[in-house]
Amino acid sequence: MLGLLETGSGFWNALIWVIVVLLIGAIVYYIRNKGEQGYKKNTEQDKPFISGNPESSKEGSHVSASHIYWGFTEALRGYYNPLVKMHTGNLNDYSGWIVIIMALVLILVGVSG
Amino acid sequence: MIGNFPYVTVAVSIGCGLYILMFQKNLIKLAIGINLIESGINLFLITLGYRKGGVAPIYTQAPAGKAMVLPTPQALTLTSIVIGVATSALVLSMAMMIYKHYGTIEVDKARRLRG
Amino acid sequence: MKLMDHIPALIIAVPLLAAFLSPVVGKINKKVVGILAALALGFSLIFTIILAVKILSVGPQVYVFGAKSPSLTLPSGLKFPIRIIFQIDAMGIFMGLITALVSFLGAVYSLAFIDKNNGIDKYYSLLLLLAVSMFGMELTGDIFNFFVFLEIASMASVSLICYKGTERGEPVEAGFKYMVVSSISALMVLFAIGIFYGEYDVLNMAALASVIKYSQLDKIALGILVPVLAMKAGAVPMHMWTPDAYSEAPAPITMILVAASQASLYALFRVVFSLYNITLNTLVVGWIIIIFGLLSMFIGVTMAIIQKDIKRLMAYHAISQTGYMLLGVGVGLAVLANPIALPEYGITAMEGGIFHIMNHALYKGLLFLTAGALFYRTGTRDLDKMGGLAHSMKYTTIFFIIGAAAIAGLPPFNGFASKLLIYESVYRFNPLLSIIAMVVSILTLASFVKVFHSAFLGPQLPQFKEVKEVPQSMVLTMAVLSCLIIFFGLFPDLIVKNLVHPAVMSLIEQFKYTGIVLGGR
Repeated sequence: MLGLLETGSGFWNALIWVIVVLLIGAIVYYIRNKGEQGYKKNTEQDKPFISGNPESSKEGSHVSASHIYWGFTEALRGYYNPLVKMHTGNLNDYSGWIVIIMALVLILVGVSG
Repeated sequence: MIGNFPYVTVAVSIGCGLYILMFQKNLIKLAIGINLIESGINLFLITLGYRKGGVAPIYTQAPAGKAMVLPTPQALTLTSIVIGVATSALVLSMAMMIYKHYGTIEVDKARRLRG
Repeated sequence: MKLMDHIPALIIAVPLLAAFLSPVVGKINKKVVGILAALALGFSLIFTIILAVKILSVGPQVYVFGAKSPSLTLPSGLKFPIRIIFQIDAMGIFMGLITALVSFLGAVYSLAFIDKNNGIDKYYSLLLLLAVSMFGMELTGDIFNFFVFLEIASMASVSLICYKGTERGEPVEAGFKYMVVSSISALMVLFAIGIFYGEYDVLNMAALASVIKYSQLDKIALGILVPVLAMKAGAVPMHMWTPDAYSEAPAPITMILVAASQASLYALFRVVFSLYNITLNTLVVGWIIIIFGLLSMFIGVTMAIIQKDIKRLMAYHAISQTGYMLLGVGVGLAVLANPIALPEYGITAMEGGIFHIMNHALYKGLLFLTAGALFYRTGTRDLDKMGGLAHSMKYTTIFFIIGAAAIAGLPPFNGFASKLLIYESVYRFNPLLSIIAMVVSILTLASFVKVFHSAFLGPQLPQFKEVKEVPQSMVLTMAVLSCLIIFFGLFPDLIVKNLVHPAVMSLIEQFKYTGIVLGGR
C-alpha cells in the first residue's frame, strides 16, 4: 500500500492521517456552523477584554523573544547557569574538549578489549 | 632503541602542539601549535616508510639489490606539507583580520561569539 | 570510452572545472559567474541521479583513476589496489544525492542573496570547491584521498564563513575557531591513517577492511577517528564551533555547511561499519556513539531555547538533530553482533538515523534559508528586533511553518517519519533513550514556537513597514525544499524502501562494500 511505513512495532501512513484530519476538520466546521450567527458589530463586543485594564498600543503589545519562556529558564536556572558558562567562546576550551573526549574514548576503547 | 627515537619526537611534538592549543592565548602561537602537530605527523609518516640502509626510491637510478625506502609515505607527506602551508596561510591571515577588527590577538579577549 | 563509465569522475570534475573557471569568467562579466556555478552544480545533480539509478538497480560501482579501464581495480594480478579508487555504494550515493541537491539549491539561492559587487567570483569558486570536496569525501574509497578532501572542505568552508569578514570581526572569529578545530581533527585523521598504513601497508578502505584485526594499534586509530569525526559533525561536548560558524556564515553557505558536517558523520559511520564492522567491540563503541547522540540532542535543544539570534538558535537545533542520527545508528551498531536483535530493531533504528540525515538536510536547509530571507529584508538576526513579519513576507512565513513543523516532528511532514522509526526501534533497545528523544522533540517544537511568535506574529512594526517579499529565485529554492519535505512526509515508504534500506544494508554487510574492489574474496 502506498505510503505505508513499517516501523517494526507498528506502521505509519501519512495519507490515512491526512484523511482523518480532513474528516475531523469537516465535523468541526459543521458544528461551528451550528453556532450563534450574529453578534453586534462596532460595539463593545468587538473589543478585547483585559480585565478592565486599558488596551496598550498595537506596537507596544508585541512580546519580544527574550521574554518568551522566562519562567522556564528561571525555573531551570541551576541547569542553565553552568551550561551557559561552559560555552565560553574561548578557543582554548574548544581544543581542550576535543583532547579530553579523545582521551576518554581512547581509554574506553582500550580498556573494553 | 635508537630506532624508536623518531617516534618519541613525534609524540613530543604532537603533545607540545596540543598543549599550545589548549593553554596559549596568542592567536599566532595557536598557528604555531597547529604547525607543530603537523610536523610531528609528517615525521611519523616519513619514519614509517624508512628502511634501514635504504636508498631513495627512484627506480631508474637505484643500484641493483639494495633496499629502497617506501615511496608512498613520502608522497603522502608531500601532500600533507602542501595542505599545511595553505592552512597556515589561512590561519595567519585570519589572525590578522581579527587584530584589525578587535584590536587584540588574545583568545580570551577575542570572543564576542559565545553562549 | 563511453561517457556513462566516467560519470563518477564527472560528478567531481565538472564543478572543479567551474571552480577554477569562475575567477576568469568573473573578470569578464560578474553576473554570469553565479549562473555558471548553478549550471555546473546542476550537471552534478543530474549525474548523481543517473549514478544513483545505476547503483540501485545494478549494484555498487567503482571508478579507478588512471587505469586502462575505469573498473580495473586489481591490475596485473596484484593482491591489493594501488590506485585511487572511487567506491560508490548505496550509502555513498545516498549522501551524494543530499550534497548535490543542497549545493545546487544553495547556488541558486545565492544568485539573489549575495551582493553582486564584492568578490562574487571568489564566493562561487569557493562554493564549488566546497561541493567538490563533499562529493569527494562521500565517493572516495581511498582513506588518504578522504583526508585531502576533508582538508579542502574545511579550507573552503572557513573562507566562506569569513565572507563578510572585511566588514565585521565576528565572521573572522568564527572562521578562525572553525579552522583551528578542523585542523586538529584533520591532522588526527592523518595520524590514524599513518597508523593504518604502518600496520597494513594499504590505504584503500576495502583492502584495509579485509585485513583489519582490531589489534592494539587499531584500537588507538579507532579511538582517534571516532571523536574527531564526531567533532566535525558537531557532537556535544565538542560542538562549540557549530553555533559560531553556522550563525556567521551567509545563509546559503550555512545550508551547505550542514551537509558538509553530515559528510563527516558519514565518514564516522563508514569507519565504524565498513572498516571495522564486527571486529570491534560493538557494544562499547555503540554506546559511545549513543552517548554522543544523547548529549547532543539534549544540550543542543536546551541551549537553543535561550538563544536570541535566529541563526544561532537554528545552529543549536542542527546539533540536536545530529544527535538523533547518532542515536539511531549508535543503537544499530550496539546490536550489530547480535543476530536476533539486529533484524528485529537494529536495522529499523539505523534506517531511522540514516533517513533522518536526508530529512535534516532538507528542513534545516529550508529553515536556514528562511532565516536568510528574514536577514535579507530586515538586516538583523536578532529576534528581539523582529516582529510582525508575516504581514509582509507571506511565502516565507508558510515555508517557515513547514520547516518548523518538520523539524519538530509533527505529522505529516518528513521529520515525523524518521523520528517515529527511531522512537519505536530505540524503545526496544532501551526505553529511556526513546523517552529522552521524545522530550527533545517537544522542546524543539517549543523553541520554534518562540521563533515563530517573535519573528512572524504580532502587529506590523513601524520599522518594517517597507519590507517586501524576497526575490523570486529565493522563493523558488525554498519552495522546492518545501515540496520535497511534504513529498517525503507523505510517502516515506518510497524513500525508505528504495534509498535508505539499501544504504543501511550496505553499511551493515561489510562485504557489499569491500567485495566490489577485491572481487569475490
